[in-house]
Amino acid sequence: MMEEVKDASSFLSVQVHNIKVTEVLQDGDSLTFIIVSQKLSGTGEFHVDRTYEDFEWLQQHLFSQEDVPGIQGVIFPPLPARLQVNPSSKALKHLGFLGLGEWQPYCKALEAFLRQVAAHSVLSKNRAVEIFLTSSDPPGRQKVKKNIFNRLSQAVEEMRKEGHKDVDDFFQTKRDHNFLLTGYTKMASEKFLDVVLTEQKIAVACGHFSTALHLCVEQGENPEKQDFSQVCVKLSEVFNSIKKSMTSTAMNDMNSLGLGLDLETRYQEAEKEMLFRRTCKLVELQNATKNADKAKPVKKAVMEEAKKATETEFRQICEVAKKEIIQLESKHVETLKQALVQWCEKQLLTAKESAEVYSQHLQTFKRMQ
Amino acid sequence: MADSIRDPPAENTDFQELEDGEDLLPESAAARESQPASLPAVDISTKTNGPKQDSLFDEDTEDLFAEATEEVSLDSPERDVLLSEGPSPAITPITPPISVITPRIGHAHDDMFTHSSFDEIEEEDGGDSFDIHISVSDPEKVGDGMNAYMAYKVTTKTSMSLFRQKDFSVKRRFSDFLGLHSKLASKYLHIGYIVPPAPEKSIVGMTKVKVGKEDQSSNEFVEKRRSALERYLMRTVKHPILLKDPDVLQFLESSELPRAVNTQALSSAGILRMVNKAADAVNKMTIKMNESDAWFEEKQQHFENLDAQLRKLHASVESLVCHRKELSVNTAQFAKSAAMLGNSEDHTALSRALSQLAEVEEKIDQLHQDQANADFYLFSELLGDYVRLITSVKGVFDQRMKTWQKWQDSQMLLQKKREAEAKLQFTNKPDKLQQTKDEIKELEGKVQQGERDFEQISKTIRKEVSRFEKERVKDFKMIIVKYLESLVQTQQQLIKYWEAFLPEAKAIS
Repeated sequence: MMEEVKDASSFLSVQVHNIKVTEVLQDGDSLTFIIVSQKLSGTGEFHVDRTYEDFEWLQQHLFSQEDVPGIQGVIFPPLPARLQVNPSSKALKHLGFLGLGEWQPYCKALEAFLRQVAAHSVLSKNRAVEIFLTSSDPPGRQKVKKNIFNRLSQAVEEMRKEGHKDVDDFFQTKRDHNFLLTGYTKMASEKFLDVVLTEQKIAVACGHFSTALHLCVEQGENPEKQDFSQVCVKLSEVFNSIKKSMTSTAMNDMNSLGLGLDLETRYQEAEKEMLFRRTCKLVELQNATKNADKAKPVKKAVMEEAKKATETEFRQICEVAKKEIIQLESKHVETLKQALVQWCEKQLLTAKESAEVYSQHLQTFKRMQ
Repeated sequence: MADSIRDPPAENTDFQELEDGEDLLPESAAARESQPASLPAVDISTKTNGPKQDSLFDEDTEDLFAEATEEVSLDSPERDVLLSEGPSPAITPITPPISVITPRIGHAHDDMFTHSSFDEIEEEDGGDSFDIHISVSDPEKVGDGMNAYMAYKVTTKTSMSLFRQKDFSVKRRFSDFLGLHSKLASKYLHIGYIVPPAPEKSIVGMTKVKVGKEDQSSNEFVEKRRSALERYLMRTVKHPILLKDPDVLQFLESSELPRAVNTQALSSAGILRMVNKAADAVNKMTIKMNESDAWFEEKQQHFENLDAQLRKLHASVESLVCHRKELSVNTAQFAKSAAMLGNSEDHTALSRALSQLAEVEEKIDQLHQDQANADFYLFSELLGDYVRLITSVKGVFDQRMKTWQKWQDSQMLLQKKREAEAKLQFTNKPDKLQQTKDEIKELEGKVQQGERDFEQISKTIRKEVSRFEKERVKDFKMIIVKYLESLVQTQQQLIKYWEAFLPEAKAIS
């Protein structure tokens, strides 16, 4: 068990781009994720098992790096919400796409999180990342010191700062744009989820119809009865094919565009949080400046010191933020492109397969006449 | 009128108005309204004979139906006479003269004609193979307000010599269809023919149309009804006997059709029908038939099972249709949200790709709607039709039971009369004795007829069930082929859309 984590400049000993979450093990109500990563030097793999608490531990360590300059300007890779074994409907709704399927979309999301963290120039330097990915012992589960960042949802009294006018055009534009984009992406993601859920309902209905047809099979020697029974059996097979096709379609939707939209939504919210932190710092700076200006000669020097410190912090944050924003934008384009291409290719394949299967059924029926 | 047939030498006052041979034909058409054609009036040869009064009509017109018990020549020109005489057979009144109709209620006059003659009609292939296609189209609102109605164009295309033309149309309204069904049912159900049921009334649906609501749901209602009417007519003409029924022919060919009045929802005739239905239901419960024929017992069970299964299937398909419609709505909403996303996106290529995505999704939405329609109009309606058809089948089995009951009743009555006769032998009442002897004679005839009727209806039902089962297979296969074709087409469209979108997605950089 590790007691503390030093912020060493060690880099990771694993390859970043193929970190995998391969399995989920269920033990009662708790879930354990198996994470496999490839060694950088030589051959070999690291296999570690982690719970959701371990992920949270990692995230806390990343958040609490106070001595990293401009850390508040980092857009932190978003960790998916906790996955429960028997989620309430509210929890399911909150999870969206990640609550579907047999936990595969969720594993993919965790995977994405780890890869993003490991690839981040600033964050990957934190020892916690290396420990998380490689240590066979579970990382410490004691609470780390309190997260210095106020999560947006918690800081209700700070909400009014969100609309605070910016001094920098670049950032004002980014803030406005982020606001719009977050809303639209979230809505698109939700609507797409509705589509996927309905596709699943259709698949189930086709399955029922297919089963019900088997009940119509009649015993008997007479040829008309046998004909009709055969029709029912063959039709049952048709609806089974339709069910499979729909299921595939829904899976394709989930695993490509669904995941992509979900990630986009969460990333945009992460960006929103970063921008808010910067805005808060801006407000702090403006207050410090005012105080320094208004300070009585006795306090003036101290106030000026404070103001200078805040200025530096703010400058560092802006530097980091700018870089992060630009990086995010290209990542955003890349994410959506990949999602769209993958989605289109999968759906095209499914459509071709389905067309083939239906044609065969059609031939069978035509021959029966 | 029914009773008259059972008396060999007829002396029925009922026929007085029909004595004149000349008047016979229009009246006999009236008679035909309520009873199966007294003489199988089908000329299925290709010759068309002019109006001819041959031996069929020259005889004792008081005993109009004496021939009913003999073989009848299939060259009977009677049908041609019916149609070609005078102006259109609109002369035929819808409500037959009371004298014809009143004895009907509660009686079966299957003995009006020989079933054997119908058998021959069926077996005779004649010159015509079955080649007829009926379409119902161009729904048109006629009139205003609550008196408005929808008129449909009924087009028949055929090469059969049964018809005067090869391609013709008439305008009909919904109550005309109900009227036709009502006539066919009253003629054929009680002798064991499975008469296809007419489409159902819908007061809600029609009110919307009358009121002039031009929205999607009333359009859907009209389309659903149009399709149902078409299927109803095709099913009716596929039946070899019904096809040749003069009412069917008149329905298809005649430009003017007297309004069918007793189909109005709350008319007195309607109420009478309801009462009869209720009485039937009670009777059914009390008839305990000695089923000597295992075939019938098995078949009845079989149809009960089939009824249950089809209802289940129907419910299943309705659920599927519902979900498909939901998918269409959701897809459309997603398309909109994708468009908005594309609009707010800075990156040009990504923005374009997202807009394309929105367009693709809109097209896919249309595919979902088309698929939902296929699900509905092909399967849901097919299953619904068969559920209703089976009600007709069950009705026919019930009629057989009634026929049996009637036969048994006659037998019991005969037995009683015989006992009475025996008693009267010891009394000195020659008049009464004679009367009883006469009654016995009459009853013996009735018993014989009852047995014949029962055998005939049993035979007819066997044939009808066989025909039903054949048709069923054909029907289902045809629908399934259509459905699969629509599935294949949908997938091919999807492939086109995805293939068009892929380069757009790949072009994002």
